[in-house]
Amino acid sequence: MVSPITPSAAGATASSATTIPDVVIRLAGNSQDGIQAIGGFLARLAGRSDQEVMTYMTIPSTISGGPSIFQVRMGSGEILSAGDRADVLIAFYQHSYQDHRASLRAGGVLLYDSDHVTPNPDDKEVTAVGVPMTSATVEAVGGSAKEKGKNIYVLGLLARMFDLDVPKLNQLIKERFGGKNEDIVRNALLAFDAGYAYPAENLRHCLYRLEKSSVPAGGRPQVTTDGNSALTYGLLAAGVRYGAGYPITPWSSIMEGLRVELPKYGGVFVQAEDEISAISTALGFSYGGHLAVTGSSGPGLSLKMEALGWATMAEMPLIVINVQRGGPSTGMPTNIEQSDLMQALYGSHGDCPRVVLAPKNVEDCFYLALEAGRIAREFSTPVIILTDQAIGTRIEAFDEPDLPKLMVDVKPDTSPRAPEFKPYPLNDLTRHAPPGSLMTSGKYPTVTGLEHDEMGHPTANAFLHTKMTEKRREKIKAVANSLPTPELAGDESGEVLLIGWGCTYGPIREAMGRLRTAGVKVGHLQMRHINPFAPGLEEIFNRYKHILVVEINDEGLYGFGQLATLLRARFCNPAIASITKTDGLTYKISEIVERVAKHIDLPEGTILTRKQSILAVTPR
Amino acid sequence: MSTTAVLPTPPPAPGAPLTKKVLLADHPTWCPGCGDFAVLASFYKVLEKLNYPQEKIVTFAGIGCSSRFPYFVNTHGGHYIHGRALPFAAGISLGRDDLHVFVFGGDGDGFSIGGNHLVHIARKNPRLTYVIMDNSVYGLTKKQTSPTSPIGFKSKTDPWGAFDQPINPMRALLNSGATFVARSHATQVNHMVEMMLRAANHDGFSVVEILSECVEFFDGAFDSSIPRKGGVWSLIDLKKNDGSPEDAARHDPTDEVAAFKLAMEPWPGKFGVFYENKSRPTKNALEQKLIANTREKTKNATDLELLSKTFARMR
Repeated sequence: MVSPITPSAAGATASSATTIPDVVIRLAGNSQDGIQAIGGFLARLAGRSDQEVMTYMTIPSTISGGPSIFQVRMGSGEILSAGDRADVLIAFYQHSYQDHRASLRAGGVLLYDSDHVTPNPDDKEVTAVGVPMTSATVEAVGGSAKEKGKNIYVLGLLARMFDLDVPKLNQLIKERFGGKNEDIVRNALLAFDAGYAYPAENLRHCLYRLEKSSVPAGGRPQVTTDGNSALTYGLLAAGVRYGAGYPITPWSSIMEGLRVELPKYGGVFVQAEDEISAISTALGFSYGGHLAVTGSSGPGLSLKMEALGWATMAEMPLIVINVQRGGPSTGMPTNIEQSDLMQALYGSHGDCPRVVLAPKNVEDCFYLALEAGRIAREFSTPVIILTDQAIGTRIEAFDEPDLPKLMVDVKPDTSPRAPEFKPYPLNDLTRHAPPGSLMTSGKYPTVTGLEHDEMGHPTANAFLHTKMTEKRREKIKAVANSLPTPELAGDESGEVLLIGWGCTYGPIREAMGRLRTAGVKVGHLQMRHINPFAPGLEEIFNRYKHILVVEINDEGLYGFGQLATLLRARFCNPAIASITKTDGLTYKISEIVERVAKHIDLPEGTILTRKQSILAVTPR
Repeated sequence: MSTTAVLPTPPPAPGAPLTKKVLLADHPTWCPGCGDFAVLASFYKVLEKLNYPQEKIVTFAGIGCSSRFPYFVNTHGGHYIHGRALPFAAGISLGRDDLHVFVFGGDGDGFSIGGNHLVHIARKNPRLTYVIMDNSVYGLTKKQTSPTSPIGFKSKTDPWGAFDQPINPMRALLNSGATFVARSHATQVNHMVEMMLRAANHDGFSVVEILSECVEFFDGAFDSSIPRKGGVWSLIDLKKNDGSPEDAARHDPTDEVAAFKLAMEPWPGKFGVFYENKSRPTKNALEQKLIANTREKTKNATDLELLSKTFARMR
């Protein structure tokens, strides 16, 4: 492999760089420009440098083309959100510039493709640097000139601006393109080097260095991936070897992952003809004694509901994933919304208590898949994982899981069953005998959606329906006893308890930090177990004056979001109030801070927000 | 109603031949005179002949009168939701290649609410046997028009006589790409046993449609193929490949076009094996081949090695 120039020789001297703790970079272009790839490289680089990283991505629902952005926040502290506004905006096109200029903080750097963008000359609020990204890429790659490598060119520019680890980036480029032919790797490296070698004098006001990580080295290595992938690998670790699904955005990448991965593990993933068939096939796998998965996004979950009712009635273990998006109906398929909570809990017929979990970030997708597997098997019940578009598509770095300790081996237990075996004992948890199990009693069990007696035979007996309904309810209540008390951050008592679920974790935690800096006593609790509630919530709630539930869904007819409604119904605590929104985007920290401040009548000016970019600290 | 059967029979000794006595479970809930009784009796005979280990047999069903079937057979089994038993059974079969999976259902379950699944399970060809008890009426919900009700049939939803074109089951099944398609009649026990046996021994997705009269809501529906009621029992004369001149006129079940022609014969049509394709691999086999090829590439790495490698790539 030839690397045409040695970047370190052309590199800027360290002394001219300003050291910064963290930076938010927004890349705006079109979906085919590979800006996700730049984001991915930066995220993985940060992960390999023990730096914290958080990304945020929007993709258009069109197949090709259309505006697309990727936002990366890299830093040395604990990075929990992708940042409200950007310090650097990279604009590939005029529309990218126009649509995203407002997201750039004062004092930030606008890096634009001078081949396509003419910025407003009167805009003195930001440092504008024009770079002929398209023509420079074509020139660098040469020959069969294509502007295709301009994302990698920009990566080179950023590497120069932020004094990033070039050998590691080169290694990442080689890994990423290594599977393809040599020319592609070579062209990518040429584009990267050209970006890196962009005349330093043009960038001299824009050279920075990220602080060294304060996290002590020697812990577990960092891995970088997106939430849907983390969930996929979590399912593999949980012992899921069988599943079925139907394509729908943003769930599809999980089923694609499973379809490719499962055969390696001796398993099968079926692409079904529709959502109903998918859950039915998955339940067939479960009936066979496997731990199986199906999943979808909101509309698909609606289609699965009748079968999910069967799973409750027949007491069949199953992991069901819902990667939530904007609804109702086809809604906003590539936007975030947390409006499927009620559907997850109640979207079926009959009394149908269910287990519902919600991962708080990318890392948690992995661990909640394990938790879902544990609950599904231990309690012989369907478990719904409510993840969402934001967590599913964004990339984060986290500690590599301790796989030898975590991996679960699930095999059908077809050992002969004792004469007293009953599939639905009234006074014990259901433990199905999958087919292949010899019944020493000579009586073979039926699993059924009809109300049944302890052997699974149909009945409309009043006593049995009462007792079996109770059995199914008490089982889910017993799940609660197996849960830890939720983790509480910040002040353990005081003015405000912020409650969230799913992707709101980072912004809420940072909002808590800002409010506490301003002297408000605030705690934060992110609920991972939505149904049943983990024990100890009531006692925690009683320690705060205000309990604000932050969600991305509508306030409904009576002014409360979906989790807030559930919590009010459960605890009858009038201090529980709601912060909701339905713009299809994740929360900005400032949005939460402002809504909290308003709710508790905080005098204006109590909270100081940084208006200027961190890059503006040094006068230029 | 609870109909839990008292089973006085002690479990058979391991390896003992499967008998009807062992296979009896709940007493059937069907109306007296229902054709499904004969299908059940024939199925016991089929299992006796197949003599699979009892614990390896699975009977599953959707919703409908005939879908009560699994309660009446003492094997592993169950009762799923309306129309979706096929994808469920495909999951059983693909997840557990060691089992013998039988699915039972009616015309509403199979051709109406489950129509989409029937088409797709047929094309995917998992190893399982599907018995459709077609009575051409909705029986459990008491006499509504079904997808196989003939034009003119007076039901509660078409009191003036149905006018929607009914499904031709044989044509629909052939068109879906099912690899074994046969047709039988609930008044012909020996024929049913023969068809179900052939279906069970077929390596792939096998379907037997059995005309099974609902005496309550569609009395006499299939008389035209019952000789003692003045009908004609017309069997498919299968090719013997004996080189004789008369053999040329016989039906070759591997000939799809000939099968379609048979399916197009006017009511009540012929009975027997319409089509059999022994060369198309099952989905079970194809998935196992995919697994074997993939495992060979990963040099049979353990699960822990595989996942550790995946995480190492994300560093």
